[in-house]
Amino acid sequence: MNFAVLQFPASNCDQDAVHALRHLGHSANLLWHKENSLGSVDAVILPGGFCYGDYLRCGAIARFSPVMQAVKQFADNGGLVLGICNGFQVLTEAGLLPGALIRNRDLQFHCEYIHLKTLTPDSPFTNKIPAGKSLRVPIAHGEGCYFADEETLARLKTNNQILWQYCDAGGNVTDAANPNGALQNIAGICNERRNVAGLMPHPERACESLLGSDDGKWVFESLFAALEKKSVAHAA
Amino acid sequence: MKAKIIITPKKAVLDPQGKTVQSALEHMGYTGVTGVHIGKYIEIDLAPGTDKAAAHKAINDAAHKLLSNPVIEDYKLEIAE
Repeated sequence: MNFAVLQFPASNCDQDAVHALRHLGHSANLLWHKENSLGSVDAVILPGGFCYGDYLRCGAIARFSPVMQAVKQFADNGGLVLGICNGFQVLTEAGLLPGALIRNRDLQFHCEYIHLKTLTPDSPFTNKIPAGKSLRVPIAHGEGCYFADEETLARLKTNNQILWQYCDAGGNVTDAANPNGALQNIAGICNERRNVAGLMPHPERACESLLGSDDGKWVFESLFAALEKKSVAHAA
Repeated sequence: MKAKIIITPKKAVLDPQGKTVQSALEHMGYTGVTGVHIGKYIEIDLAPGTDKAAAHKAINDAAHKLLSNPVIEDYKLEIAE
């Protein structure tokens, strides 16, 4: 499969994402934010970083980059889009995902391993994650506290759009396991159509045991499986 | 002519900065502080002679689309001479 990893000014996890995708046996290329077209790609990754210096609000300016029009169109056509950390913030600011990411409740930047509970295998981002497995992946953010109003939150639950929650090593969703104060420990969500997702943790930094954990690969393996299924369906 | 925009976090949104400053004020002995909300102030310079009503409409649109995030923030807009 062929992935585009977007590169905004001050993206800094773009190379990590490209490395992880190639390491897992797929093709990935960087795409500068001034591009108007995605070319022929199977999926798009919005990487972590501090695009546009986090000026005004995290992700607020990036959504005006020319490439974001192409991303919107790609998503409207059912293309798979994953935003990681700052990429998640960009997707919420662009209106491609509901809610917002605000300052961590303790005002600290958190750079540590956390555990993730996957709430549903029913998405292109979670279908290969072994049932009941807590994923050990790193976070590195100062503004990762997920917020949505009550109505939005109710809709997320009804539609099974909450994909990941922060949990402890045993898979228990507790306040102590919540690193940033996110509503209901929410670490990642998808849109109603289930083709756009975002999460604050960094699965791309945890795809090889040499780096401390390879649990993050399950997110990408899910994407590969979903794309495989899609291309088979398309060919048939 | 200037547009002045004051952006504050919505009531339902956690405001850890406000809370921290509130407790600092309490520690300093300032009594009677029941809440602190920390936001942003943006000043936009407008060309002299700009139509006030038109400017209000345009900046209001910009405040909604870019300057604030309506999911988490409220804003007040004033066009001043």
